[in-house]
Amino acid sequence: MAATLLFLGRLEDLAGGPILAVSPGALETILGALEPALAVALLDERVRLALNGTLVSERGGIVLADHDECAFLPPVSGG
Amino acid sequence: MLDVRLLEEPFDPAAELTQFAMLHPAAGGIVSFLGKVRSGDGVEALELRHFGPLTLPGMSELGEVTASRWELDGLQILHRTGQILPGDPIVLVAAAARHRRDAFAAADFTMDHLKSDSWFWKRERRSGTWCWVEPRAEDHADISRWS
Repeated sequence: MAATLLFLGRLEDLAGGPILAVSPGALETILGALEPALAVALLDERVRLALNGTLVSERGGIVLADHDECAFLPPVSGG
Repeated sequence: MLDVRLLEEPFDPAAELTQFAMLHPAAGGIVSFLGKVRSGDGVEALELRHFGPLTLPGMSELGEVTASRWELDGLQILHRTGQILPGDPIVLVAAAARHRRDAFAAADFTMDHLKSDSWFWKRERRSGTWCWVEPRAEDHADISRWS
């Protein structure tokens, strides 16, 4: 049983890789168990979230089930 | 009418433009913009990352918005992803229209929005070290021209 966190852009460096498998559960709890520096970066309000490929407008109350993927999208740096 | 592609491999802008022009023989003009990796300021390579579920759909949506805003015969948006070397093309935007002002404006609008709104993250390699490129304030100023 695992959910996936996906890190784009500079968040990948902070996380030490693009993908992290985590135990399913409330996103708040999952973030709380990460390294503080990474958790703070992920909570930055400019970072957008996509749950299974769809942007979410409200971060509150997200619960990741088995096989869910939550992507963290920092501000884009221009094409 | 719309040709929107996300390319993993290098492309030939001249060949793409020739093909685009052939597809729109009735257009009175074609305006194109070619964006390349700058040479000579110490960047050894550029890498563009994208997010599959959002990047190409976002580019297609931008194409639809542009096409609804100006009278166009055709619009082409080609964007690279992956590692790109100095001098190599990153992006090609071409707008074909009956009248030149529509073509100029559509290409300009598309580029401003690609630069500030598209789901791309960019990093540069200098002296062997990769470094992420942060958003530029100018890109946001550019996009505000259109609101």
